[in-house]
Amino acid sequence: MKYVDEFRNAKLVRRVAQRISLCAPEDKLRIMEVCGSHTHSFYRFGLAKLLPQNIEFISGPGCPVCVSAPAYIDNAIRFAQDENTIVLTFGDMLRLPGEKSSLESERAEGAFVLVVYSVLEAIRLAKENPDKRVIFLAVGFETTAPTIALAVIRAKKENIRNLFFYSSLKLIPPALEYLARDKKLDISGFLLPGHVSAIIGTKPYEFIPKRYKIGCCVSGFEPLDMLEGIYLLIEQVVKRNPKVQNQYSRVVKEGGNLRAKKLISQVFKISAANWRGLGRIPASGLELQEEFLRFDARRLGDCGREGNVISRPQERCRCADVIRGLVGPAQCVLFRKTCNPEHPYGPCMISSEGACNAYYKYR
Amino acid sequence: MCLGIPMRVKKIMGDFAQVEAGTLVRTANIQMLSGLKEGDYVIIHTGFAIEKVDPDRARETLKIIHEIR
Repeated sequence: MKYVDEFRNAKLVRRVAQRISLCAPEDKLRIMEVCGSHTHSFYRFGLAKLLPQNIEFISGPGCPVCVSAPAYIDNAIRFAQDENTIVLTFGDMLRLPGEKSSLESERAEGAFVLVVYSVLEAIRLAKENPDKRVIFLAVGFETTAPTIALAVIRAKKENIRNLFFYSSLKLIPPALEYLARDKKLDISGFLLPGHVSAIIGTKPYEFIPKRYKIGCCVSGFEPLDMLEGIYLLIEQVVKRNPKVQNQYSRVVKEGGNLRAKKLISQVFKISAANWRGLGRIPASGLELQEEFLRFDARRLGDCGREGNVISRPQERCRCADVIRGLVGPAQCVLFRKTCNPEHPYGPCMISSEGACNAYYKYR
Repeated sequence: MCLGIPMRVKKIMGDFAQVEAGTLVRTANIQMLSGLKEGDYVIIHTGFAIEKVDPDRARETLKIIHEIR
């Protein structure tokens, strides 16, 4: 078993979709797929077309680039404008617009901005460039946090003096609480992210059915995974029995990955964080612990204020509302017209995990 | 992007392992996992193996999916 084809069996996909159509209630249901990769999988495999019209699927905040606050990009650009600095970033961040510029434009002007696949490359590049300041843009959720933690520990162990981390690491459960509280959204169920859950397990979501009576199901990324997840969520709605279920048990354990969780708590402390679209959410981000503060790029002094910026008001771009689930990509006036993957305007189109990007490519 | 395609562990080299999926071969850090063996399947995220795929659980899930009718 290679864990791919078995979960893409077209005959089974049709059968499960049919079963969902039979058991789904006639009332309108709103299911939020929290993870950007779920959104992509959902449209790429054409699942939306197989399911009843009254089930509405809303993309959630689980796209790290999409939820990065504009002020974070502006600060990253400030770092990049220093000629003795090398800024390292995951690819999707490159085109994200700040107030006046983007890292891509800065690079075209001669700034040292390099795209890396893994934080491990930061260690190598810092060693190879001892006379430069190397700043890694640590963007991601609980899945990325332990990888950054391992790099920070290694940097300390090897006494690397010129490497710094600019953290925009965020936590998913507090963002879900923010969305669960929003009565306008009226969410019937959360399809929970597979790989964030591989790290944190299923327990951190238990407050959602308990406090907000909203069902939850962790799901994998293959078509049959997602369909089973949706089926289980609908069953919860029909039986009025909201709980946390785990469809992706081949990867996600109840307690998560203990080593990874330990790494996160060893290196980071929980702090408030600014989310594009959602604003400032208490206890939803990760900052370096005291012991590792010398690796914190915020202490370099070039950072501007990271205010509570939801989105820039002059923009017609509705990414902030897409992230909150208030509108779908097609309701944005820029979608497909001025904003497309070739010339993206907002983060939801720029990021390969963004909802607008998925809608554009597959719908 | 969350890569859902599991990669097979080809060779373990200390904190790292060579992993493969089809013709794609990569080196991944395996410090987050214990008791990894060659032939195991793992989920890779930005160059790190974040979890091992449990074959028994995978079979169970497929069985349940087959029973949805």
